[in-house]
Amino acid sequence: MDLSVLWFWIVAFLFIGYFVLDGFDFGVGMSLPFLGRDETDRRVLINTIGPVWDLNETWVIVAGASLFAAFPEWYATLFSGFYLALLLILLALIARGVSFEYRHQRPESRWKRSFDRMIIVGSAVPAFLWGVAFANIVQGVPLDAGHNYTGTLLDLLNPYALLGGATTLLLFFTHGVVFVSLKTEGELRERARRLAARSGFIAIVVAAAFLAWTGLAFGAPWFWGFAAAAAIALVAGWLANAGGAEGLAFSLLAITTAAAVLALFSALFPEVMPASNDPANSLTIENASSSTYTLTVMSWTALIFFPLVLAYQGWTYWVFRKRVTRASIEAAAH
Amino acid sequence: MNELLDPLLLARWQFGLTTVYHFLFVPLTIGLATTAAVFQTAWYRTGKAEYLGITKFFGSIFLINFAMGVVTGIVQEFQFGMNWSEYSRFVGDVFGAPLALEGLLAFFFEATFIGLWIFGWDKLPRGVHLATIWATAVGSIASAYFIIAANAFMQNPVGYEMNAEKGRAELVDIGALLTNPVAVAAFPHTIAASFMVAAGLVISAAAWHLARNQHLDTMRPALKFGLWVMVGAGILTTVFGDQLSLAMVATQPMKMAAAEATYETVCGADASFSLFTLGTPDGSSELFSIRVPYLLSFLSTHTFDGCVEGINDLQGQYEMLYGPGDYTPIIWITYWSFRWMIGLGMAHVLVAVIGLWLTRKGRMPKRPWVWKIAIWSFPLSLAAMIVGWIFTEMGRQPWIVFSLLPTESAVSPNVTGLDVLISLVAFTLVYGTLAVVEARLVVRAIRNGPPEVGEPDPETGRVEPATTVY
Repeated sequence: MDLSVLWFWIVAFLFIGYFVLDGFDFGVGMSLPFLGRDETDRRVLINTIGPVWDLNETWVIVAGASLFAAFPEWYATLFSGFYLALLLILLALIARGVSFEYRHQRPESRWKRSFDRMIIVGSAVPAFLWGVAFANIVQGVPLDAGHNYTGTLLDLLNPYALLGGATTLLLFFTHGVVFVSLKTEGELRERARRLAARSGFIAIVVAAAFLAWTGLAFGAPWFWGFAAAAAIALVAGWLANAGGAEGLAFSLLAITTAAAVLALFSALFPEVMPASNDPANSLTIENASSSTYTLTVMSWTALIFFPLVLAYQGWTYWVFRKRVTRASIEAAAH
Repeated sequence: MNELLDPLLLARWQFGLTTVYHFLFVPLTIGLATTAAVFQTAWYRTGKAEYLGITKFFGSIFLINFAMGVVTGIVQEFQFGMNWSEYSRFVGDVFGAPLALEGLLAFFFEATFIGLWIFGWDKLPRGVHLATIWATAVGSIASAYFIIAANAFMQNPVGYEMNAEKGRAELVDIGALLTNPVAVAAFPHTIAASFMVAAGLVISAAAWHLARNQHLDTMRPALKFGLWVMVGAGILTTVFGDQLSLAMVATQPMKMAAAEATYETVCGADASFSLFTLGTPDGSSELFSIRVPYLLSFLSTHTFDGCVEGINDLQGQYEMLYGPGDYTPIIWITYWSFRWMIGLGMAHVLVAVIGLWLTRKGRMPKRPWVWKIAIWSFPLSLAAMIVGWIFTEMGRQPWIVFSLLPTESAVSPNVTGLDVLISLVAFTLVYGTLAVVEARLVVRAIRNGPPEVGEPDPETGRVEPATTVY
């Protein structure tokens, strides 16, 4: 296989890692107003992702850097073109990231509530806008001959892209709430399970509409396979949650996200940034990628280090595998 | 109005603002992770409560600061594509590689092990838990290497070839890129300076408590540690800084000329280093100056009869090489940032040496003004670090990649001045607010002092840490 094609799929893999991992912790953040009835509940919720949110978020940095290194043209077009949308994502991630660490620094409830709000908004905005961004990539955007985006922010907020945003928002929300039921005990766990059943139902309807639209408008042979896998995993995950099989439900929703990202990348292939105005201006794997030498260096690095990264990150999840209980939170002196 | 909305000018301000701001947290992250690791090792070996107290105390300041480093770091990566898309297209093949290597090798590592360290106190065996803070420190230092290697390409492009057809630089030798002489000198210089900044914080925090005669059992060893690190790291910063200035003269003679505001080529005794100058801001004429003969020659060439090329001669050479244009950085910025960097650095070593003398054999100074000077260690060491970074980056102008790509050609052509203005205002407001919150939290954490770490186990004499939760 051509190295640039390999890197197209490695970029897909990195975004799968990002959307699966940060996806569920966005969901946990967004669930604060729905599940956090008192301060202890909210602390339980935040502590379910406490040890891992930072490493989850790192995936977007690695995905962005890999895009920069492997497809500089794609990176340049995407990041300058989606300028204000990415600005909003950055501001949301800043607000959210500092809130986890700052929230517990002072005892006053006003202080805590304002950081709670930042966690909620900081989780919802990226969860929505990443969906909008990827839908626009698949749909194509107006590009000039220098591959520069010629539209505005409002052009990005078209019905198809908004549906894409709603899909990621609902999917991440449901995934996060299932994670809460997997990581907590007692009443909170039950409430999370019931909330996931409701939000999961809406997610199924919206995701089905989005995948059908994508398939009919931009579908490719591989697309339908991945889209079907995503749909089946989502419905199965919803059923598993209803049946109280939390671990299975969480895994199936992770598969849903992975299959949905693969479906979008299949619909995109072999382009990376289609020009909606003139196909001649489109960026493809071919004309957007780095030199063979750069890709070779990075392939060797990835081959050696990815297994190591997955091993120590997997180990982290194993170390913090126990459920977070109200008792343990109340016992910890803070 | 049009001038106000110049995307190039605004994007440059944004880069300067976000980079300097991010760089407030990076040296502290590097230095404090190592500080916490050293004291946790001491606790691991002895089980003494004071070492655990020091670990937790500086660990909590480290974490407040780490959160800011992470979130402002994402902005750094994103803005190359957002504001500097032509730069990204031109150098992505070369510059992207060290960024991707940083992410894969260093960033994942650091982010994973910091989570294990914060929450793993009672979940991991003691030795494994100690390893997680060392892993965090190693990850942050490795991360710095890749970033400095990427930055060194902008100062001194190596390991690439121009691809005329694609109109871009392409990587041909990753080894050369990672062993760029500028990176090899800048990396230890920056790391040693980071330890100076962390030592500054340790000295400041310890002095604050010692001046009030409280927490003596934890703050005395912390002060000693801070003073020794300041002296050791100060010497290393100077030695590697000297290596870096040799590399700079060899690769960017204009930067050295601008650092000294020397307009005419000078040799030997005339190649003097001015400690202080009164005159026009750009140094083109002077009223009064204190000069050390031969010193500039020595700094630039390691000989006393060497020559240092002047700005005017270099400007002429560059016009012949690269066509008409102004190839001079803003002289007053380079001149003064270079001086403040060196002056503040030297002052810190001096203060630390005096501090070691005053606290020899367990003595503690009584006069309040001694402690007041010590408390200034942290803000001033941070200031030295920042002006050093400003010197490095401003001295590179007008090039974004020296000799290859002017800064003005690198800006995103499709991003309007209004877009950049919106984001510049947003970042300024958010960063400004967070700076106030962060500063208050750090001061509060310092004033609260080391946490209670519990009673020693009656059998083993060890103190064990409690569970950590958010």
